Amino acid sequence: MAVQAVGSTGRVRVAPWNDPVIRGWVFQIVVVGLVGLLAWYLVSNTMENLQRQKIASGFHYLEREAGFEIGDTMIAYSPASTYARAIFVGLLNTLKVAVIGIILSTILGTLIGVGRLSSNWLLARICEWYVEAFRNVPLLLWLFLFYKLISEAFPGPRQAISMLWNTVFLSNRGLYFPVPMTDPIHAWMGLALLIGIAGAWVLHRWARKRQDATGQPFPSILAGFGVALGLPLLVWLLGGAPHHMSWPELKGFNFDGGTVIQPEFTALLVGLVLYTSAFVAEIVRSGILALHKGQSEAAAALGLSRGQSMRLVLLPQALRVIVPPMTSQYLNITKNSSLAIAIGYPDLVASINVTINQTGQAIENVLLIMAAYLSVSLSISAFMNWYNKRIALRER
Amino acid sequence: MTDMPVGERRQLAPPVDDSGVLGWIRRNLFSSWANGLTTIVLVLAMGWVLSWFLEWAVFTANFTASTGAECRGQGACWALIREKYRYIFFGSFPYEQHWRPLFAVIAMLAMLILSADRRMWNWRLIVIWGVGSFVTFLLMFGQLHLPLSLVLFIAMVVGASGMSLRKGIGSPTEILAYRVAAAVGLVGLVLRIVGVLPGWSLAIAPLPYVETGLWGGIPVTIILATYGLAFAFPYGILLALGRRSNLPLIKGLCVGFIELIRGVPLISLLIMASVMLPLFLPSGVTFDKFLRAQVAVILFAGAYIAEIIRGGLQSLPKGQFEAADAMGLNYVQKTGLIILPQALRVVIPPLINTFIGFFKDTSLVLIIGIFDFLNTANQALVDPNWAGFPGEVYLFAAFVYFIFCYSMSRYSKYLEYELNKGTRR
Repeated sequence: MAVQAVGSTGRVRVAPWNDPVIRGWVFQIVVVGLVGLLAWYLVSNTMENLQRQKIASGFHYLEREAGFEIGDTMIAYSPASTYARAIFVGLLNTLKVAVIGIILSTILGTLIGVGRLSSNWLLARICEWYVEAFRNVPLLLWLFLFYKLISEAFPGPRQAISMLWNTVFLSNRGLYFPVPMTDPIHAWMGLALLIGIAGAWVLHRWARKRQDATGQPFPSILAGFGVALGLPLLVWLLGGAPHHMSWPELKGFNFDGGTVIQPEFTALLVGLVLYTSAFVAEIVRSGILALHKGQSEAAAALGLSRGQSMRLVLLPQALRVIVPPMTSQYLNITKNSSLAIAIGYPDLVASINVTINQTGQAIENVLLIMAAYLSVSLSISAFMNWYNKRIALRER
Repeated sequence: MTDMPVGERRQLAPPVDDSGVLGWIRRNLFSSWANGLTTIVLVLAMGWVLSWFLEWAVFTANFTASTGAECRGQGACWALIREKYRYIFFGSFPYEQHWRPLFAVIAMLAMLILSADRRMWNWRLIVIWGVGSFVTFLLMFGQLHLPLSLVLFIAMVVGASGMSLRKGIGSPTEILAYRVAAAVGLVGLVLRIVGVLPGWSLAIAPLPYVETGLWGGIPVTIILATYGLAFAFPYGILLALGRRSNLPLIKGLCVGFIELIRGVPLISLLIMASVMLPLFLPSGVTFDKFLRAQVAVILFAGAYIAEIIRGGLQSLPKGQFEAADAMGLNYVQKTGLIILPQALRVVIPPLINTFIGFFKDTSLVLIIGIFDFLNTANQALVDPNWAGFPGEVYLFAAFVYFIFCYSMSRYSKYLEYELNKGTRR
């Protein structure tokens, strides 16, 4: 009878306080109400405190003059520039460290991860010690160590170590090296590089299509590099090959001319790359170990060379295991680059910290930091998710 | 071959001996030309680096100098560590009271080591952490004031969780006891907040009081990491359950919080804790700087732990949830008795790895001026008498960090092996 009753109505009639749907909504409303109450309490306290301490609010300060120096700038900046520009310079520095750090730690980490699987016992052990040593000590400690070593162990500019026939100088002020004088041709060379990269991509597509159709391989990677690098070279030659260089020279207490990689940047980059590559190595190693032995044996049985079997059979499969954890390491590098503040490299957090101290507007600035990092993190995640989808196993 | 007459069997050359020391070397170091070359290059490089390092760190090192000037022009100046190790380990804690942080560290290590034993993973864990935390903070502060509201809060939590966990299982008297505890706790707390109940507290004051501003060195690092994780753990469980819940508002809140925290660096949270928290509170209420850093670490850790626990929850087959529902268990019973015990078992090794991460990340608090182990090491370099030996101090600090983190990672590996015994072929 009871079964019939349930079956006929489709749903059991219960008291409202026992209905899971109603309960769920009541619970949600209570929780959201409590969170809202907490938020209201904090915001009202904040408003009161801001009024009492006469701190301005809003983002108007961004248009005021910043008034502080920044040691490393990728775009034109002077103390007379606005706060907005100072913060933008910091953001560019963060991105510079993050991008170079991601590239270098991927390369170094892959080498060490493969090294740990080497059949040479000594090489495998050295790579293992490297991973353990860097993983088990805080990044901040490595940064301090490298920074202090560079700034205290290297000689001053007057006793700088000169290398490559007095063109490159290493001192505690950084690494000075010559660069070409700015020339209008450089803009055209940049454009040529972009066109070359696009051309290489088209070439690669064509080569793959031809191989799919006829089975004829084409050295598209080599040819692609040739096109991408050859085009700017051609433009340079056509433009009369301007070759005036700016050489670093000792003037007074420091070098003048050329360009410099500053010790803060070097210490930050070296620390980040060495630390992160230890984690990358573990990811690469576990990605390779996750492959079944039969895959490499089958590739060999098909007559593929070692390089071909690595490139066409093993790597595409290992990447599926490697890419998701690698994404979080890339995010870690980006977030860890904020440790720059501890050794005085002017990244985003460092320039915002100065802004907080000068304007006293903590809330707006902390919101700016969070918004900047969130958008960078989300872009990296989005890109890596897109890449992951592209290489993922296509099932039915 | 076997059907050949004995005398005509061809004599094969014996196989290359791959047993014994020589065989091992041949197999692992000189299996091919490239391999042998690699070995030789590596041995030469290592010999060069090691001889240089030993020369610096041992043979020409100075262990006994009384000022930095005596160390100049020699190898490592380990005398600096000898001179400063008390400061590096315990910071500005009153010098003659250094035994207190020492025993606090021992108490916390004992607490952690006992928790590592699987036989303790039951009610004993609560006793161990209760006693351990009491001893630690009594030694560090010297005086503890246990407020009445804390007791009421504990009574309320114990009563409420007992009521829902033991519903339909416990005897009527047991349920009644939980109800009484929850009611007393709730009513008492409300009365305390309204102001009817006075702010009684139980004072335990056997030692002189030491404020958190004077704490420093290794106890600060261990406290920030341990209690950061201890408080973030229940919080992370709630966040993970919220993220997996099918109530849209709750899910949205939890996802938003987790992704926000995971998307920004810890430094920005610490800066927020140091400059924004004072603005959030009503005027006149001040918040200890150490506590602010601890809150930032807990919020940060909670989001990461939530994601790990979510992994454990997702690894459970759907049948477990359905079976619990079919048995008529309520949500708390289903979660507490069926789901979490299985989900947490899977995530213990990654949780330990997260703990190693927090142990290292607590070093970031030096940016807001808290004297953790790395910061005291840093401060030891400031002394003008001993200026110019950063390598020695940082190597020493790195060694201490390494011992802690490496032993924890070994334990995590061992545990992974032990916990997988049932499923391994």
